[in-house]
Amino acid sequence: MTNNLLEIRDLHKRYGTVEVLKGVDCTMRQGEVISIIGSSGSGKTTMLRCINMLEEFQGGTISIDGQEIGYEMVNGVRRRKREKDIARQRALTGMAFQQFNLFPHMTAAGNVALGLVKVKKMSRDEAKAIAEKWLDRVGLLSRKDHYPGQLSGGQQQRVAIARAIAMNPKLMLFDEVTSALDPELVNEVLQVIKGLAEDGMSMLLVTHEMRFAYEVSSRVIFMNQGRIGEEGNPREMFLKPKTERLTDFLKTSSFN
Amino acid sequence: MTYSLNFAAVWRSFDLLLEGLALSLGLAFAAILAGCVIGLIVAFGLVSRTVALRKPAGLYVTIIRNTPILVLVLFSYFALPELGVRLGKIESFVLTLAIYSGAYLAEVFRGGLIAVPPGQREAGLAIGLTEMQIRTSIIIPLMLRNVLPSLGSTMISLFKDTSLAAAIAVPELTFEARKINVETFRVIETWIVASCLYVATCSLLAALMRAVERRLAVPR
Repeated sequence: MTNNLLEIRDLHKRYGTVEVLKGVDCTMRQGEVISIIGSSGSGKTTMLRCINMLEEFQGGTISIDGQEIGYEMVNGVRRRKREKDIARQRALTGMAFQQFNLFPHMTAAGNVALGLVKVKKMSRDEAKAIAEKWLDRVGLLSRKDHYPGQLSGGQQQRVAIARAIAMNPKLMLFDEVTSALDPELVNEVLQVIKGLAEDGMSMLLVTHEMRFAYEVSSRVIFMNQGRIGEEGNPREMFLKPKTERLTDFLKTSSFN
Repeated sequence: MTYSLNFAAVWRSFDLLLEGLALSLGLAFAAILAGCVIGLIVAFGLVSRTVALRKPAGLYVTIIRNTPILVLVLFSYFALPELGVRLGKIESFVLTLAIYSGAYLAEVFRGGLIAVPPGQREAGLAIGLTEMQIRTSIIIPLMLRNVLPSLGSTMISLFKDTSLAAAIAVPELTFEARKINVETFRVIETWIVASCLYVATCSLLAALMRAVERRLAVPR
């Protein structure tokens, strides 16, 4: 077999009759940082959400570490795996959302510890220690007993990243994590992501921050109308785009 | 009008009223507790994507909520035995009020459930929680906080509905008051005292619910 961390083969996704992913292929090695760019509706967020089965997909396969995600073939028929197995597979990845989605009735530390207790079956003390370690890592140890409503957007997003990363995922998925933030709060979140990249964390980032994608990525994927329009290293992609679509997209984006 | 108020006769039977009130509270507590369990299950049915769950849940709410509770009380006490289900007065009433409150609470809970943003479930899924863990750790706690204000008034409503048990001679507060009324002819005094007991109990209940609300409020 291969030693790719992530393998996406001929991924197809439909909402009713509308096909939003029309055959996406993508492989990713351990430690890579890939940014996915493209205009809205190009399928980049949908592709990310297929990887952790927040979206069903109708065709193709996704494997993480050689494990096929979400579906299995039983007597030649493609079938959704049991929910328990899908839940276990979801823990292979961590995800940070555009809207943070912190649990509002739990403290910052409680948010990070929940998955450790419920999924990893750790004791409360163990979970608390790990939660505090990761909150410290994102610079928010002093806010561990604060509730999400008492934190700024940037702080909430950093807690959300700590919550995902504390589960020790093989791959982190970032879904436009700075899009809902006030401009002055964007940087603190990007710095956290940059730190994780430097530590060798494998990451897929859907982002509109072109400058950041340029700086942090080992590879960039440009999605266009449900397909990969162009991909390559950030230098070629941003400075010498090959396709007209990407050239046009970059003109209208914030990269300059 | 030469009626002069004289509460002496009512005070002599005050113990009876208190016993009635205690039974009223007991009936309400048992029925609402069961009603909450029914309501929670039915509410998840109402918001389910599976038609086979949504339809029966909707049918239950429609039938029960659109029948007067007195009719339900009389039906289960007088008609059910004809169908072979024989229950004591108290059991019959508690069962009826539980089923009735289940329908109301299901609607209250449904409102609370749809107010929980879908991102909460997704965040739970993303860290590997199962649907059941998401319900118990995230959805239900958030739903309860959403519904506490309306839950309080629904509970007060249901507590007052225990007075209908008098129709099948369950010796709760209204039944005892009527008995005292008949025995002493102190019509006004008896019903004033009974009303005051209801008002006092409901006010206490409301204060209790507000305390719970404050206690569970999410700091911001």
